[in-house]
Amino acid sequence: MILTKAQYDEIAQCLVSVPPTRQSLRKLKQRFPRLVWESWEDFRMRSSSSRRYRAEPGASSRRSEHISSQSQATLLSIFSQEYQKHIKRTHAKHHTSEAIESYYQRYLDGVGKNGAAPVLLELANEVDYAPSLMARIILERFLQEHKETPPSKSVINSLLRDPSQIPDGVLANQVYQCIVNDCCYGPLVDCIKHAIGHEHEILLRDLLLEKNLSFLDEDQLRAKGYDKTPDFILQVPVAVEGHIIHWIESKASFGDECSHHAYLHDQFWSYWNRFGPGLVIYWYGFIQELDCNRERGILLKACFPTDIVTLCHGAAAP
Amino acid sequence: MAAVLESLLREEVSVAAAVRWIARSAQSSEEDAGEAAALRSLQPLRKEFVPFLLNFLREQSSRVVPQGPPTPAKAPGSSAALPGRPGGPPRGGRGARSQLFPPTESLSAAAEAPSARRGGRRRGAGPARERGGRGPGSLEEGVGAESLLWAGSRRPRAAGSPGSPSRARCDPPNLSNLEEFPPVGSVPPGGAGTRPSRRINPTPVSEERSLSKPKTCFTSPPISCVPGAQPSVLDSSPWGQGPAAGCRSLQEEREMLRKERSKQLQHSPVPACPTPEPGSTLPTRTGSLTAEPADPAKVSSRQRLELVALVYSACIAENLVPNLFLELFFVLQLLTARRMVAAKDSDLEPSPGVLDSLESPLFQSVHDCVFFAVQVLEHQFQVLSYLDKGTLKLLAENERLLCFSPALQGRLRAAYAGSVAKVSLAMPPSVQAVSFQPETDNRANFSSDRAFHTFKKQRDVFYEVLREWEDRHEEPGWDFEKGLGSRIRVMMGQLSAACSHSHFVRLFQKQLLQMCQSPGGAGGTISGEAPDVLNMLGADKLGRLRRLQERLAAPQSSCGPCPPPSFPGCQGFFRDFILSASSFQFNQHLMDSLSLKIRELNSLVLPHPEPSDEDGESDVDWQGERRQFAVVLLSLRLLAKFLGFVAFLPYRGPEPPPARELQDSILALRSQVPPVLDVRALLQQGLRAHRAVLTVPWLVEFLSLADHIVPMLDYYRSIFTLLLHLHRSLVLSKDGEGEMCFLNKLLLLAVLGWLFQIPTVPEDLFFVEEGQVDVFEVDTKTSEHGLDGVPVVDQHLLYTCCPYIGELRKLLASWVSGSSGRSGGFVRKITPTTTTSLGALPLRTTQGLQAQLAQAFFHNQPPSLRRTVEFVAERIGSNCVKHIKATLVADLVRQAESLLQEQLVTQRQEGGDPGQLLEILCSQLCPHGAQALTQGREFCQKKSPGAVRALLPEETPAAVLSSAENIAVGLATEKACAWLSANITALIRREVKAAVSRMLRAQGPEPAVRGDRRGCSRAFADQIPVLGPPTQHRLERGQARRLLHMLLSLWKDDFQVPVPLQLLLSPRNVGLLADTRPREWDLLLFLLRELVEKGLMGRKEIEACLDSLHEAQWPEDFAEELATLFNLFLAEPQVPEPQLRACELVQPNRGTVLAQS
Repeated sequence: MILTKAQYDEIAQCLVSVPPTRQSLRKLKQRFPRLVWESWEDFRMRSSSSRRYRAEPGASSRRSEHISSQSQATLLSIFSQEYQKHIKRTHAKHHTSEAIESYYQRYLDGVGKNGAAPVLLELANEVDYAPSLMARIILERFLQEHKETPPSKSVINSLLRDPSQIPDGVLANQVYQCIVNDCCYGPLVDCIKHAIGHEHEILLRDLLLEKNLSFLDEDQLRAKGYDKTPDFILQVPVAVEGHIIHWIESKASFGDECSHHAYLHDQFWSYWNRFGPGLVIYWYGFIQELDCNRERGILLKACFPTDIVTLCHGAAAP
Repeated sequence: MAAVLESLLREEVSVAAAVRWIARSAQSSEEDAGEAAALRSLQPLRKEFVPFLLNFLREQSSRVVPQGPPTPAKAPGSSAALPGRPGGPPRGGRGARSQLFPPTESLSAAAEAPSARRGGRRRGAGPARERGGRGPGSLEEGVGAESLLWAGSRRPRAAGSPGSPSRARCDPPNLSNLEEFPPVGSVPPGGAGTRPSRRINPTPVSEERSLSKPKTCFTSPPISCVPGAQPSVLDSSPWGQGPAAGCRSLQEEREMLRKERSKQLQHSPVPACPTPEPGSTLPTRTGSLTAEPADPAKVSSRQRLELVALVYSACIAENLVPNLFLELFFVLQLLTARRMVAAKDSDLEPSPGVLDSLESPLFQSVHDCVFFAVQVLEHQFQVLSYLDKGTLKLLAENERLLCFSPALQGRLRAAYAGSVAKVSLAMPPSVQAVSFQPETDNRANFSSDRAFHTFKKQRDVFYEVLREWEDRHEEPGWDFEKGLGSRIRVMMGQLSAACSHSHFVRLFQKQLLQMCQSPGGAGGTISGEAPDVLNMLGADKLGRLRRLQERLAAPQSSCGPCPPPSFPGCQGFFRDFILSASSFQFNQHLMDSLSLKIRELNSLVLPHPEPSDEDGESDVDWQGERRQFAVVLLSLRLLAKFLGFVAFLPYRGPEPPPARELQDSILALRSQVPPVLDVRALLQQGLRAHRAVLTVPWLVEFLSLADHIVPMLDYYRSIFTLLLHLHRSLVLSKDGEGEMCFLNKLLLLAVLGWLFQIPTVPEDLFFVEEGQVDVFEVDTKTSEHGLDGVPVVDQHLLYTCCPYIGELRKLLASWVSGSSGRSGGFVRKITPTTTTSLGALPLRTTQGLQAQLAQAFFHNQPPSLRRTVEFVAERIGSNCVKHIKATLVADLVRQAESLLQEQLVTQRQEGGDPGQLLEILCSQLCPHGAQALTQGREFCQKKSPGAVRALLPEETPAAVLSSAENIAVGLATEKACAWLSANITALIRREVKAAVSRMLRAQGPEPAVRGDRRGCSRAFADQIPVLGPPTQHRLERGQARRLLHMLLSLWKDDFQVPVPLQLLLSPRNVGLLADTRPREWDLLLFLLRELVEKGLMGRKEIEACLDSLHEAQWPEDFAEELATLFNLFLAEPQVPEPQLRACELVQPNRGTVLAQS
C-alpha cells in the first residue's frame, strides 16, 4: 500500500486520539468506518489502473480481500508508528516524580477497591499513556518500595516478559492485562514485531530462491567481516524498473517519513556507501514521496518486484 | 631584433637562413657569406628574436577588434628595439614579459611601483580571503586570490605596462593626446625618449605580482587593446568579467555598477564604454557589431606580410614559440577580426620610403590581417588537419578563408571529409561509491575494534558529505567550508591510529579516481562507451539532446587558450575536502599513497601489439591498447595533479612571490628538501624508455601546481630544462621511421605549451640559453618498445587532456554566429536551468541496461575478477579474428585459387583482364564473409567460458562464475564481431588479390602486375646498416624485422630478374652473424620462414643450403647454435599453408622459374 503524503496525513489525523488498545482499534473501525475506508476505497479506485495492482484477471474478489487485509495491516502499522511518535512527545510528563507518585497512589487506591478490575489499563487510557509503559512505571515504583536496592533494567524487563514472577499477585495480574491489551508497546508486541520481521525475511529469501537469484545473507556477510550488512546482497546484480540493485533490505513496517529517514541514515546510505544501489521493500507500504532517491541508488517497493531484469547470456553482445 | 626583421624585409637575408639562425646557435656553412655576415653582427640578440617577433605581432594587431579573449604572449621582455638601437637596455634578471615601453618610462615607474603594487595586491586578495571565497575553479583559498589575479590578467586589459602609474582602467583614453597615443608609424628611429607608449590603457598596478620584478603574465598587448574596446564593456563575453574577476578595484566596480544601471534604464545594448572622443570612431563591442568584409584585392603590402608570415610559421614549426595553440588562436583571431579601429590618417598613408620597413604598421586593414592569417594557416595545415572534425568544418566553411585561399579551403574540406575525430566531452558520471572489499576492509585489517568501527563511521560521513556537496555545491551562496568544514574536521579528528589514516586515504583516492578520471566518466574499461550506447540508440533527437546537454553541463570554459590550472567538476570536492580537513597526517598519507600509485601506473607495461605491415587485424588489439592507455594516462594526470596540489600546498599562499633579497634564504631552505616524488628520475626514465607520451602529461599536471619558488630550485630547474629540450625536439613536420607519432607529439606540445604559460613558471624560462639546454640528451627517436612510436593518442584523448584546444573551435563558431548577425558575443550565453534531470538520463534500453548490469556486476567483486574477464575477452576476441582468418578466409582463398585455375584455362584461349578477373572472384567470394560473424560468435562462445573458469579461483560462487563467463563471451564477441563486420570484406579481398597476383605472376610476367618501382630501392637505402663497427650501427629488433619485411616484399613483388637468394645462406654471409652479440637467431629463423612462406625459396632448397654450411669452419659455440637453429627450422611442421601450397602446385620455386623465363 503506497500512500501519498496527503493520504497519509489524513489517516494519521484520524488516529491521533486513539489509545493503543485492541478495544480502541476495534472502536476505531466502528467510529471512523467511513472516513478510513472511504479514503482506502478512494485510493484503491485510483490506483487500480496503475501497474501496482494490475493483477491477474478474475482475481478481483481475492484481490479486494487481500487489499482489505493488507490495508488493515498497513493501518495497524501506521497507527503503531503514529502512536509511538505521540508517546515520544509525551513521555517526559509521565515520568516526573509527581506523576509517578500520583499514578502509584491511584493504582493502590484502585486495586484496594477491586483487585480484579483492570485498574492499571484504565489508568493508562485515562492519562493517555501506553498500558505497557504504565505497567513499567508502576512496577518500578512497586519494586523500589519493596526492595532496598533500586531494580535493574534487566530485572524489570524479565518481570514484564513474564509477569508471573512479580512477587505481588495483584500487580502481576494488572501488568499482564496491560501487556496483552497494548498493541504498540511491550514485550508481546516486540515479539510479534520481531516475528513479522523474520517472517518477511524468510518470505524474501524464498522469493529470491524461486527467482534463482543467488545472494549472501546477513549471517554470511557477518562471517566475512562486513561492517554493515543488509538482509541480502545479490551476488549478481539485477535491474528493477531500470535501476541497478545490489542489495535488498526487508522492512515489515510502513515507511513513514520519520522511520525512513532514520533508516536512511543508519542503514540504507551505509549500504549504498559500500555496495552501491539497492532496494528496500516496505511490506506494509510507504509514503510515495519518500521514493525520491531512485536515481541516487535507493529504490522503494511495497512488494517483491515483478519487473526484474537479470544479466543475460552473452549480455554485452550487440 | 627589429634589425633582423628589417633585413628580412629588405631581402638581405633569406627566411631559411633567418630561421636557421634563430633555431641553432652555430652558423651553418651552407649560408651564403653575405647572410652570415648580416646575421653574425646580430648574434647576441639571437635568442631575443622570437619574443620580439611575438610581441611585435601582438602589438601590430592591437588595433584589431577581435573575438574572444586576448592572446597573450608570454615572452620575456626583449625590448622591441627599434632599428638603430638594437638591444635596448640590458634586462635585469627576469624582465617583464613584454617590454614595449620606452625604457625611461619603465625605469622611472619602477621606483614608484612597489608600494602601489603591494596595496593593490591586498585589495585583490580581499574577496578571496574568506574561506568561502574559493571559486569553483580556483586552486584554493589562498591561491584563489592569485588565480583570480591571473584570471583578471588575461582579460582584455590594457595590460602589461610594468611601470605604469596606478590608474583606473576605465579612464577614457585620451586619443588626442599625442604623447599618450602617438601614431604608431610616426616614430623616428633611435629616439628612445620619444618612443611612444602603446595605445592602450595602463593597468591598475594591483595586478602586478611581484615587488622586485615587474612581472605580469601575458603582458604583451592583447589583441583587443584598442581604445574603445574597454574591458569593462566586454561583460557579455565570458572572458571578460566572470565571477572570478575579483581583483578589480573598487572604482572599477563602481563603474560597472553605473553601467549596469544605465543599461537597465535604457533596455538596449548601448555602448557602455566611456564616451568616445569627438571625432574618433570607436567600435562598440556589443551585439550589433558587424564584421567588416575582407577583400584579397585590398591587401596593402603582400610581400611584407608573406615574409613575416613565413618567418612566423617557421618559428611555429620549429617549436620556437612557447605555445603552438596560443599562436593558432592568435592567427584565428586575426582571421576573424571584426574590423580595425580607424587610425590617424598618417597611419594609413605610409610614405613610400618606409613601406617595406617596420615603420609602417604591418596590419593596416582587416584585409591585411586576414591575408596574414591565411598565409600562416597554409603553413600550419598539417596541424589543422589533426584537429577535431568540428573545427575543421568551421574552418572549411569560413568564407574569408575561402576567399583568400581556395586551395587551403579545398584541403581543409578534404581533411574534414576524411576526419573521424568527433570529439565530445560527455557528461560526468554520477557518483558511485567505492565498494567494500573484505580483503582490505574487514576487521582483520584493523588494529582494534575501535579503529574498525571508527572507520565504519568515517566512510559513512565521507559519503554523506559527498552527497551533500553533490546536492548543494551549485546553489548560489552555498559554501563548502561553512556547510561541511566542521563535519569533515570532526571526522578527521577521529582518525587516531596511523593505520586508519591509510584506510581513509585509500578510500579517498579510489573515490577520486572513480569520479574524476575522465570528464566523460568513460572509465575506458569494460563497457566504457556509455556515450556510444547513447549514440547507438540512433535517434537523431537523442543526439541533439546530448549536444544540448553538453553545452549546458560542460563547464563553460571561458578562459581562453591558456586557462590556469583548475579543479573542474567533482575535482573541486576533493580539493575543498583536503583544504577543509587541513590535517597534516592526512596530507602526508595522501602524498604517500598518490606517489605510490603514480609510480605503479607510470611503470605499467602497456602491451602493444607487434606492428605488422600488411595486416590490418592488429587494429583489434590496438583499440584495446589505446583505451587502456587513455585510462592510465588520465588516471596519472589526476593523481599527479592532486599530488602537486598537496605537496606544494604549504608553500603557496596569497602573498606575492618573495622579493629577491628573501629568495636566497628561501632557496637555501627549500633546496635541501627532498622532492615528494623523484619526478626527475621518472622523467629521465620515461625519456630513455620512449614513454614521454605517458610521463610528460602527468608531470606537467604536477608542475602546474608548483609555487613560485619551485622553478628556481636546481632540481626542478633541470626538469624544466629537459622539458624545454623535449619541446624543441618535437618538430611536427618530421615524420619518418622511429619518429614519435603525430598526435603523440601534438599532445606533448599542447601540455608543455600550456605549462610554459602558467604564471608560476618564470617567463624567461622558455627563452633560455641553449647552453643550458644541451645538458641533457633528449632523443625523440622511438625505439621499437617505446610507447612514443605507437599511436596511442587520438583526438578524443587530446581534447580530453587539453580542453583549451577547443577554444579554437569556439572562436570560429562565434565568428559564424556573429556574422549571421545574431549575436556579436564570443560564445552565446546559455543559462543552465536544470542539468540534473538531463544528466541522469537513464539508459532504459535493453542494451543499455545490460551494459549497466555488466558494469555493476564487477562493482562488488574483487578487482582481479574484472581484470581476468577483460583479459580473456581481449585475447579470445583477438584469437577469434585470427581463427577466422585461418579457417574461413583461407578456405575462400583456396576456392579463389581453384576458380582462378579454371578461369586461367579459359582466359588463355580468350584473353582477359586480370583486374576484371579479380572483381569477379571477389564478388563471388565476399558474400561468404557474412559467415564470419556467425563463426566468430561460435568461437567466442566456445572458448571464453573455459578460459574464465581456468583463471578464476575455485571458490568463486557458481552464479558469479557463470555471469563472468557470460560477460567474457559477450565482450569477446563484441570485440571480434565489431572488427569482423568492419573488415572482413577487405580482408577477403586482400587475400584473394594476393593469391591472384601470385598465380598470375606464376603464369609469367604480366604487364599489369609489373610496376615501375625503380625508385623503391632508395626507399630503404638509408636503413640498411652501413658495414662497420657493428655496435654502432645496430638496428633495433623491430627495425630489422621491418627491413626484412621490406626486402622480402621487394624480392617477391618487384624484382623482375631472378634473385639469387641462395647467396643469403652462403657461408660468408651466415658467418657475419657470428660477430654480432647477442646473436639474432630469431631473425634468421624469421627470414627462413618468410622465404618459404613467401614462396621465394622451397624448403628443399633451403635445406640444401643449410647442409652446405656444415662444411664451413665456425667458432664452436656458433656452430652449435647454428646447428640448433637448423634443427629447429627443419623440425617445424610443414603446414600446408594455403598460399604456399598454391605456389608449390603451380610453381615450386619462383627463382628457378624466373631464371628459366
